[in-house]
Amino acid sequence: MKSNKDFRLERNAAGQLVMVDADGTVHEGVVPLRAFPISAPDDGVSLLGEDGHELLWVERLSGLPDEMRALIEAELAQREFMPEITRIKQVSSFATPSKWQVATDRGDTELLLKAEDHIRRLTGSTLLITDGYGVSFLIRDLDALDGHSRRLLDRFL
Amino acid sequence: MDVSTISPPSSDSPIPDAWHQVLQARLADRERIHAWFETDLDDRLSFSKGLLLVTDRRVLALTAAGQGCSEHRLAAGQTLRQQDHAGIGSIGLFDGGTRLGCWRYTMAHGADATRFVRQFEQALNGLQGAHPAGVAQPRLCPLCLAPLAPDQEECAYCDIEAEAPPSSWVLLRLWRFARPYRWQLLAGFLLMLASTAATLVPPYLSMPLMDDVLIPFENGKPINVDMVELLLGGLLLSALLAWALGWAKTYILALVSERIGTDLRTITYDHLLHLSLEYFGGKRTGDLMARIGSESDRICLFLSLHLLDFATDVLMILMTAVILFTIDPWLALVTLLPLPLIAWMIHQVRHRLSTGFEKVDRVWSQVSNILADTIPGIRVVKAFAQEKRESGRFRQVNQHNLAVNDRINRIWSLFSPSVTLLTEIGLLVVWAFGIWQVTHNRISVGVLTAFLAYISRFYTRLDSMSRIVSVTQKTASGAKRIFDILDRVSSVPEPAKPQHLERIEGRIDIRDAGFRYGNRAVIRNFNLSIAPGEMIGLVGHSGSGKSTLVNLLCRFYDVSEGAISIDGVNIRSLPIAEYRSNIGLVLQEPFLFFGSIAENIAYGKPHATRTEIVAAARAAHAHEFILRLPHGYDSLVGERGQGLSGGERQRISIARALLIDPRILILDEATASVDTETEKEIQRALDNLVRGRTTIAIAHRLSTLHKADRLVVLDRGEIVEMGSHEELMGKEGAYFRLYQAQARNVDTDLDDQNGSPPQTAKESAA
Repeated sequence: MKSNKDFRLERNAAGQLVMVDADGTVHEGVVPLRAFPISAPDDGVSLLGEDGHELLWVERLSGLPDEMRALIEAELAQREFMPEITRIKQVSSFATPSKWQVATDRGDTELLLKAEDHIRRLTGSTLLITDGYGVSFLIRDLDALDGHSRRLLDRFL
Repeated sequence: MDVSTISPPSSDSPIPDAWHQVLQARLADRERIHAWFETDLDDRLSFSKGLLLVTDRRVLALTAAGQGCSEHRLAAGQTLRQQDHAGIGSIGLFDGGTRLGCWRYTMAHGADATRFVRQFEQALNGLQGAHPAGVAQPRLCPLCLAPLAPDQEECAYCDIEAEAPPSSWVLLRLWRFARPYRWQLLAGFLLMLASTAATLVPPYLSMPLMDDVLIPFENGKPINVDMVELLLGGLLLSALLAWALGWAKTYILALVSERIGTDLRTITYDHLLHLSLEYFGGKRTGDLMARIGSESDRICLFLSLHLLDFATDVLMILMTAVILFTIDPWLALVTLLPLPLIAWMIHQVRHRLSTGFEKVDRVWSQVSNILADTIPGIRVVKAFAQEKRESGRFRQVNQHNLAVNDRINRIWSLFSPSVTLLTEIGLLVVWAFGIWQVTHNRISVGVLTAFLAYISRFYTRLDSMSRIVSVTQKTASGAKRIFDILDRVSSVPEPAKPQHLERIEGRIDIRDAGFRYGNRAVIRNFNLSIAPGEMIGLVGHSGSGKSTLVNLLCRFYDVSEGAISIDGVNIRSLPIAEYRSNIGLVLQEPFLFFGSIAENIAYGKPHATRTEIVAAARAAHAHEFILRLPHGYDSLVGERGQGLSGGERQRISIARALLIDPRILILDEATASVDTETEKEIQRALDNLVRGRTTIAIAHRLSTLHKADRLVVLDRGEIVEMGSHEELMGKEGAYFRLYQAQARNVDTDLDDQNGSPPQTAKESAA
């Protein structure tokens, strides 16, 4: 797999990412994906071609020239949706299914927790909550939440 | 010949006395016995003793009580052949192709038979003038013939669990876990003493309250306010003291018992993980889970609650008895009279309950076993529409559970009311005797009230004390089940003096290896040398011993005979974990643990960097599908890797094997459970894995072994053919037949046999 830096990225008129690799081949509709979106978002980003095969492996996003990184990050930001819960305001019940009113880094919303199993502990204090519609909510640091949120959350852990 | 010298030089025990007379009659003068073996079955397989002897000139077989006798002159070229089937072994004496005689025994004597055959060979060598080889024989387990390690007392395979109900003494063994907390325990005990003493103060104070305050008041004297204040103050103080001390005692002891419980669980689990696969094969998951989970919890509860209460009660009874005797010995005697009766009753019930509670436990683990069996196999249950039958099975066990509990409860339910009845009768006796004493002015009313106050506490404690019987029994059986695990010695022991290999080349030599599973020989006389980097394909029908061989190579089991060595070093002398870290194992059913994909790939090397993980996944052709998962390498996979296809899971397990970069690779039907298209994908991943490593591959589809340097064809635990595909096809032997059989099975293997027709079909369609 190529990991040389001799490639160019640009955005075409259709809003797709286009990659021109070292020997001049043009790949349209390039999709960037993070390999470790939760544990190490900056390590390892893969650029996949339209056919789903890997075109290029970027070891570290920060190692890329600024404009390319901006392009990739913009593309990633459009695809990635993992709101980070900053506060749990209210829960409808302590038995599942339960509706939670939460504040996230993307605004306030409501999530439906179908079962306690859907709260998964990733590392010591990082939790991933998958709601009834498949959206993943992240709690990056359990201990950083305020007391009210933690008390509510504690009833489900 | 002098019978007292009948003790063959090479055997370790003398011939049983019963044979001496017969022998004296049969043996010629100066005839020396080389070996003997007592058989316990006759020709018609009835139990009947017989004796086989090898002397310096003949083989002599005697039947029970010396009624029959056959003899064969010892001659060069004779062999003894040992066979066994379904627990019955036989020794046949052969001369070339003719059988001269055959004797049978139960496998309980299997080890003796093996020794006898060996000594026979030595005797025959001696006859031919060769010196018997003075090879030191390892000690063998008398039951299953597995060699015992020098430090192993009993064979771990055949250690038969005792059938007797567990005695409560087994609880004393918990001391091993309590020892680290002995100072806290001592503190708790002292607090217990103090708090019990504090609770005994109030009834004592009621005596002067009655005699010096209330009764004089009834008789017309004014109340002594100072004294009342003093006494009531004392009552309050003692209550407060008892409260504080009781809290401290309960807290400390609960803390300690919880820690003991935790240690117990952790140590048991640790021990369990180090037991060999053999143990896990024989136990059911539900049962083991119950042992580690609920039994240890029960022990913990017993220590923190029941034992504590019981000890407090005993202390209270002793202290009360002392106080009562100091107040009035006669009344005390009458009061304590029912005690022996109750003790006797408790003993009676204890006896019956002990076996009962073991049975309850067993039935309970049957209940959980059914759940543990059915829930993972739910697809099969549903596919065959057997919900009703499973539910019936569960109901049946539940009914059984109910019946067992009913029987126990019948005794148990009678127990408590009887104790209460005795309590009431005891109180009645005290009342009657006390009133009689009071009327004769021997004691004051105050003393009688104090006695009644003491004794009503005393008897209510007896009632709760009686509960300790069942609880102790339950806990003892729980403790026994835990110690069953802890006492088990791994049948794959760590070497006493481990050797270390710096860098393993990957040469494997299997010499005269044999393995028996129970009384069934699975591998016999196995000899194979594998060069570093060579790829060996193991071929054979199912049950031919392929997987057993893999288990032996991984040292999940130990060979019962012969040896397996790596780079010339016996694998039994290498530390197990160190040895296994050189082996990459890819199984038919890849097992993914709960956790992220990255963690699963790094399972064998937890500190692998992300770059290494990605590299391994790439080599296993897993990188791209992992990237397409919602969270990439951070995606969580469940117990059985839910949400991933069989091929994807298999590629993750290949990446896992690649990451530890093993010198030896074992592929156990790695591609058996996937379709041919996926198989190709996996095969490409495997090709990366195999490169430069010593590989042993088992595959049912012979075509997947096309890269193997050598194919080894197994049948019933023995090598029947060995060579490359072309050689074996040329021989037209067992391999040829297997290959032909598969080639005929066009539906499934057409694709594998000749090119790839499905793709051609697709192309032509397009």
